[in-house]
Amino acid sequence: MNLFEILTKRNSGSIAKRRLQFLLVSDRAGCTPEILEMLKDDMIKVISKYMEIDTDGLEIKITQVEEKGTDKRLPVLYASIPVRVLLTKGIYL
Amino acid sequence: MSEVIVITSGKGGVGKTTTSANVGTGLAMLGEKVVLIDTDIGLRNLDVVMGLENRIVYNLVDVVEGNCRMKQALIKDKRYPNLFLLPSAQTRDKSSVTPGQMKKLVEDLREEFAYILLDCPAGIEQGFKNAIAGADRAFVVTTPEVSAIRDADRIVGLLEANEITRAELIVNRIRMDMVRRGDMMSIEDVTDILGLPVLGAIPDDEEIVISTNQGEPLVGMNPFAGQAYLNICRRVLGQEVPLMELERGKGFFTKFTGFLKRA
Repeated sequence: MNLFEILTKRNSGSIAKRRLQFLLVSDRAGCTPEILEMLKDDMIKVISKYMEIDTDGLEIKITQVEEKGTDKRLPVLYASIPVRVLLTKGIYL
Repeated sequence: MSEVIVITSGKGGVGKTTTSANVGTGLAMLGEKVVLIDTDIGLRNLDVVMGLENRIVYNLVDVVEGNCRMKQALIKDKRYPNLFLLPSAQTRDKSSVTPGQMKKLVEDLREEFAYILLDCPAGIEQGFKNAIAGADRAFVVTTPEVSAIRDADRIVGLLEANEITRAELIVNRIRMDMVRRGDMMSIEDVTDILGLPVLGAIPDDEEIVISTNQGEPLVGMNPFAGQAYLNICRRVLGQEVPLMELERGKGFFTKFTGFLKRA
């Protein structure tokens, strides 16, 4: 790589790689963004029965974990749900 | 022993037909008896790329329907007497042939040919199912672009589901100048993402356009894409050939630094 190339180096190639890696995880799991969105709405409904959550801060995605003892990768559903008020004194319905 | 190889990609326009023509011609050049089958019914193209479009009398559907014998439909190549083409039908549709019929057709060809190469249509529908039905092995062609790689990944999944476990990657239209600039995914990036062994990488070369214009596959001819295709053929035959340098030398410096890391 010469000086000109160092100065003008961009990284759209690595952007492409990162985007694909994310995309293919959900593709391989057969889980489309539409399904995730539906799942998210249902989760909000269910969890809201028990605690007050920050629906804007809720994050849900499909990632991968390596299966123990093999090099096989399995999809996992990852959900991060910020709780505002934890209703510990029983269930209010 | 014969081997049936399907050349597939999912996405259209990434170089399946060009790859089929060049790998087929290359294997024939290396002395193997080869038949190329165009399985893209309704959109026949392998005949023009091979420059054999004026010699078609019968086609794949004719053979399947019993309108002619296999021997009558096979077209002998212009340059290599051990290379044949079974053209596709232009005025029929994909449903004219079933996977079962394709399997039978391929089995019949095994007796006579060492390599049976199936040029698969784009997409994942009937035409794809027909093309992979009789295959032992698959070459997945992709380019270093997000759309082509995404589709290739889908194809890999479908090949596995259909018990074609031997799949290898051909990365087409690599531009090493862009890879070095960081603006194109490298061969390593593509194999990382798809998790397939790489059979070969073909540089983006305008000679390909010229050879297609002329209807003469360039395998082995020029020092660049033609050489990359010949290397693929050698690897198919089990020879160990390292990935070549994918760049025309411009100056001493670029030549020196442009060496491709061996995958």
